[in-house]
Amino acid sequence: MDRTTIDLWVGVFVALGVAALLGLAMKVGNLTTGKLGETYSVTAAFENIGSLKPRAPVKSAGVVVGRIDDIKFDSKTYEAIVTIDIDKRYPFPKDTFANIYTAGLLGEQYVGLEAGGDEETLKNGDKITQTQDAVVLEKMISKFLFSKASESKEDEPKATTSATKSADGKSTELGDAPF
Amino acid sequence: MIKSNLTVSIVRTLRNIGKRMIERIWRLGAGARLFFLTIIYSGESFRRFHLTVREIYSTGVMSLLIIVVSAFFVGMVLALQGYYTLQKYGSSEAIGVLVALALLRELGPVVTALLFAGRAGTAITAEIGLMKATEQLSAMEMMAVSPIARVVAPRFWAGVISMPILAALFSMVGILGGYLVAVPLIGVDDGAFWSQMQANVDVREDIVNGVIKSLVFGVACTMIALFEGFDAPPTAEGVSRATTRTVVTSSLAVLGLDFVLTSFMLAG
Amino acid sequence: MSNNIVEIDNLSFGYKGRLLHKGINMVFPRGKVVAIMGGSGSGKTTLLRLIGGQIKPSMGEVRVDGEIVHEQDRHGIYKLRRKMGMLFQHGALFTDLSVFENVAFPIREHTDFPESMIKDLVLMKLNAVGLRGAHSLMPVELSGGMARRVALARAVALDPDIIMYDEPFAGLDPISMGVICDLIRSLNDALGATSIIVTHDVEETFSFADYVYFVANGEVVAEGTPQDLLRSELPFVHQFVHAEKDGPVPFHYPAADYKSELLMRT
Repeated sequence: MDRTTIDLWVGVFVALGVAALLGLAMKVGNLTTGKLGETYSVTAAFENIGSLKPRAPVKSAGVVVGRIDDIKFDSKTYEAIVTIDIDKRYPFPKDTFANIYTAGLLGEQYVGLEAGGDEETLKNGDKITQTQDAVVLEKMISKFLFSKASESKEDEPKATTSATKSADGKSTELGDAPF
Repeated sequence: MIKSNLTVSIVRTLRNIGKRMIERIWRLGAGARLFFLTIIYSGESFRRFHLTVREIYSTGVMSLLIIVVSAFFVGMVLALQGYYTLQKYGSSEAIGVLVALALLRELGPVVTALLFAGRAGTAITAEIGLMKATEQLSAMEMMAVSPIARVVAPRFWAGVISMPILAALFSMVGILGGYLVAVPLIGVDDGAFWSQMQANVDVREDIVNGVIKSLVFGVACTMIALFEGFDAPPTAEGVSRATTRTVVTSSLAVLGLDFVLTSFMLAG
Repeated sequence: MSNNIVEIDNLSFGYKGRLLHKGINMVFPRGKVVAIMGGSGSGKTTLLRLIGGQIKPSMGEVRVDGEIVHEQDRHGIYKLRRKMGMLFQHGALFTDLSVFENVAFPIREHTDFPESMIKDLVLMKLNAVGLRGAHSLMPVELSGGMARRVALARAVALDPDIIMYDEPFAGLDPISMGVICDLIRSLNDALGATSIIVTHDVEETFSFADYVYFVANGEVVAEGTPQDLLRSELPFVHQFVHAEKDGPVPFHYPAADYKSELLMRT
């Protein structure tokens, strides 16, 4: 076959391959949605991060504003130090509150930011001081069982109602977490 | 008498096993040697890239049809099968994720490599085996032209370049096939199909890892095909056996390597 | 500069202890056509491979243009090979290239000549073998004799000092044989090259060769000009030249006594 024809076919072939890869990245992958612009990073310390992973989303009011960059363990304070990259377009006040939430009942965990009222905003390298840990299912259940057991020991006939009450109490206590 | 016969047959069996092992190891070493020589001579063949382009045409472009058609059917079957399982759990919207992840992570690279071994690998083995049998490689050597630089290296790079392109096309066409079954045929919501997919497919972890897999498969399949051709006895029977061995060895190598690569990728 | 372009000195070669050649001495003077003759399986083709440096001798040496072949590195061997052209038994044309491209192959590989010059050179070589008109054909479209002639054009494409022929007459009809004979002689004289021919066709070879070596059992058993050899009384040469069935080269492969072998079965 003629060399120019072969060149043409191979050119078409390679172009198709590149187009397929780009198409996969854009249409199928999260290249368009997952890419942040310029970011600033802040840290936050948690006593327990549950199953939070790097690259998990950081949301505020349900909108993705950043991503988890890195998770480290601080051997002095025995806390998890989470580095968060936030999009430069979204400044947050200094007293912003960081929570670890779970998407759905068994979904992946993410960090939710709730803005405070401070005039000053967070800058690169700052630390978020107010944090709330991940809800660990086992801890919750054991707490519930423990309180039920202690209550039933005190007052046996009322056991069932108080148990329901305490369960209700728990759920209101955790009510700010959007399960 | 019986006892000594038994000893003889045991010794003979052991000797056969030993002979086969030594042969295998020798072939592995010879294959590795050919691989390193190919890398060393690659510079020489890159200087005349049109040789590689010609081989990309015969390995890559000529494999397009079988890859595209297979991908289309694989995608459609995946969507059908996925739908019947997922709908039991009321999550038929996740069908897009299922199809995309299955294709990008596994089926794209693996099925492409298996088809490649059957379509292009056998052609390479038979061609080189026949070139050897008809003394074309010897003639080249006597003309002071290295057959590795002129024949092996261009085919090697053509295979390594073609494989990821074919795998990407396989995944893309497969997803389109899955889309055609899921959305117009079954009636899954169009938006949910794509958005669920986008939310769960990671560019680095899924797409790039798939490309890495297909690159490794490209190296393995092409090298096996080249070596079998080079190593084939210069007879009709030798070449036909070498061609069969190319398919068997390539398929096993692809599946084995897939396991190793997947375990590394999931761990990392 | 020595008068001999190729010298084979006390050469031995063999696989795993079984020697194919046992101390062979040969010289190939410049400008001559020298034939190496012998029965099938006497290691004639292996001699050509040893000269081309494709295999290494077990003992002794081959010198091409004064350089010891097996002591060269890859670069040195390739340099020596550029002085050689070789015609393989069945031509060994590249089946994926046209006749023109086959002849152009060594020129393209070793020179940076412009396309117009390559075209002139190739057509000149093809004209010399009478196949200029067939330049656009593919090797599968050629007859055996034509393929051999194209291969010959390819072998002399870079005007080599040494042209080696491996069984140039095998499987050819009488007309093609005559053509090849004429070509070997005329190309040798036109290029001022040295030709080494490995063959077992007595009549054709004796008609144009300057000097002939007879090889048997790994040794040179006779040598001389064709005229000398025709008159030779050596039993082997006599058997070979006159194509006698039995003689020093037996009809039977060495075997146990026929009678006792037949009796053993019962």
